[in-house]
Amino acid sequence: MKIPFCVLFVLISTCFAAAKTITICKAGCDFKSIQTAVDSSKSSDSLFIKAGLYKESNIVIYKKSLHISGEKGTVIDTQNHGYGFSVEATDIVIKNLTIKNIEISYTKEYAAILLFKSYDFAIENVRVDNAFFGFLIQKSKDGLIKNNTISGDGKAEADSGNAIHLWHCENIKIIDNDVRRMRDGIYLEFGNSSYIANNYSTENMRYGLHFMFSNDNTYENNIFEFNGAGVAVMFSKRIKMYENIFKKNWGTASYGILLKEINDAELKHNIFEDNTIGINADGTNRITYTENTFKNNGYAIKVHGACYDNIYSRNNFLYNSFDLSYSGKLNSNKFESNYWSNYTGYDLDKDGIGDVPYRPVKLFSYLVNRTPESIVLLRSLFIDIIDFSEKVSPVFTPENLIDNQPLMHQVTW
Amino acid sequence: MFKILKYSFYDLMRSSWSYVYLGFYLLLGIVLLFLNNDLSKAIITLMNVIIVLVPLIGTIFGVMYYYNSKEFTELLLAQPVKRSSIFLGQYLGVSISLSMSLVLGLGLPFVAYGLFRSNAIWDFSLLLIVGIFLTFIFSALAFNIALSNENKIKGFGYAILMWLLLAVVYDGLFLVSLILFEDYPLDKLSLIATMLNPIDLSRTLIILKLDISALLGYTGAVFKQFFGTSFGLIISFIMLLIWVLLPVLRIIIKSKRKDF
Repeated sequence: MKIPFCVLFVLISTCFAAAKTITICKAGCDFKSIQTAVDSSKSSDSLFIKAGLYKESNIVIYKKSLHISGEKGTVIDTQNHGYGFSVEATDIVIKNLTIKNIEISYTKEYAAILLFKSYDFAIENVRVDNAFFGFLIQKSKDGLIKNNTISGDGKAEADSGNAIHLWHCENIKIIDNDVRRMRDGIYLEFGNSSYIANNYSTENMRYGLHFMFSNDNTYENNIFEFNGAGVAVMFSKRIKMYENIFKKNWGTASYGILLKEINDAELKHNIFEDNTIGINADGTNRITYTENTFKNNGYAIKVHGACYDNIYSRNNFLYNSFDLSYSGKLNSNKFESNYWSNYTGYDLDKDGIGDVPYRPVKLFSYLVNRTPESIVLLRSLFIDIIDFSEKVSPVFTPENLIDNQPLMHQVTW
Repeated sequence: MFKILKYSFYDLMRSSWSYVYLGFYLLLGIVLLFLNNDLSKAIITLMNVIIVLVPLIGTIFGVMYYYNSKEFTELLLAQPVKRSSIFLGQYLGVSISLSMSLVLGLGLPFVAYGLFRSNAIWDFSLLLIVGIFLTFIFSALAFNIALSNENKIKGFGYAILMWLLLAVVYDGLFLVSLILFEDYPLDKLSLIATMLNPIDLSRTLIILKLDISALLGYTGAVFKQFFGTSFGLIISFIMLLIWVLLPVLRIIIKSKRKDF
């Protein structure tokens, strides 16, 4: 019995002996350069980079589980040359750093931190200034990206990258990040089962958050403001979107959410405010929109073709220029029990449900679709008159597109 | 001129119609704000009222006042007073008293509601400014019509017709022409057509504030420049000013040549 115990003891003690902390600073530490420190470290070592400016780039970490951390004032300047960190390792932690000046390239995706085939990683409290790509994470699993700030300075979509870009990833948590002035704030390409919460994404040229071929993801409590489009969800299944705020996404192709070819998603408790188009739905199936608020948007919801079995219930539509724009037939989509601020009916039996059905599609939105210039006639008396006559006897708008139980009071949750 | 203005103004202030008008706006403001409790909705309703009702009332008041004070005007003409100052004085008296009813009638409930503490103050002041402009424009147009028509009934008829044309029919024709010529680039045409009608112009000014997110949805460089920058706001205000000045100029010219 005694011998195995001894062996175990020796094993454990050697393990602990191996996991040492290496310090890096300009003078008086173990190393001066991060790369040489990485090269001479062993797996499960910790690297502590003390405050100071490090002009290094393309720091390669290959198959070593390192915990790299800095402190306040630790700045790595890549001087517009290649990647910041280029990592292929499991159990890697990078935190408390500032990385700046990432090279802009039209052929390579230079990033402050590139993770490739990395499992169980964590990137925390990293600030990236003047980024081309922020974090580029490829073929990785089980990671945490938390509390980072990434900002770029791109002028056009072509010469800017994405702040957090996942490619073929699974089970990543992206929490509490601040991403701005990039192409896409957060981009999931083939990224599955991930969780995105409490991020602030603003002033991005294309999308605040972008899903492509990414299934089973959840995002909640995020704020998307002033982006080209708040969120684009494309070719994805089973996305859950809860309690996000989409604000002031203004422009000719600007949306709160752009939904394109997506199935079985769920939108709940989101707020859409002051967007040109709140939700742009194109080829969406089996989506439930429950208890969302659409306020002061140009269009609250714009439904294009090929949408089936979507259910819109208990949403608030408040003072939008158009509540709904609709192409084609109703196609088994349902609008039920929503609150429409434009509703003019009455409730004689006082059950909170209007006695007269509401038609959310106005004739004018049909006209604007056909002749976009006629938007200058918005809120004209003549338009009100033809809208009214269309309401009384629908000719152009789908006849069965009605909310049969419009609510008399705003939905609260 | 100022003496006549003062006289017209006090005359109108004593007339019960001014109070009815003031009372109507007071009631409207109070109902909108205190029974509805929603500022955004109140502003939108108010916009509809201002754009339709203010021109109508300006027109009717203007015509009515001109015909009613005709005998007094003829008396004045016998005195050594400049013709232009007589008519301008009367015109200003009408439009200022109407504007005052509008501003007081809508302003008081809003101030009582606590407008100064809300961020809707700019939307609201824009509404009032547009309302004042519309009052000035339509009373001037009404004076023009009245000056050109000796017959009271005809004058009233033309005035109402003018209001109907500008408020409703114009937009209808506008829309029809947009749909007919939809194959052509229409953004310039539609903006110019908007400028040529003071009601459309005021509506544009207000939707620039309220519905900017919808307006920016249209793809077109001209629209984008017009609606996306302060360019649209400035041009619209200049056009409104021109819309006041031109009819006033015609009042002066017409009144000089008119044989009483």
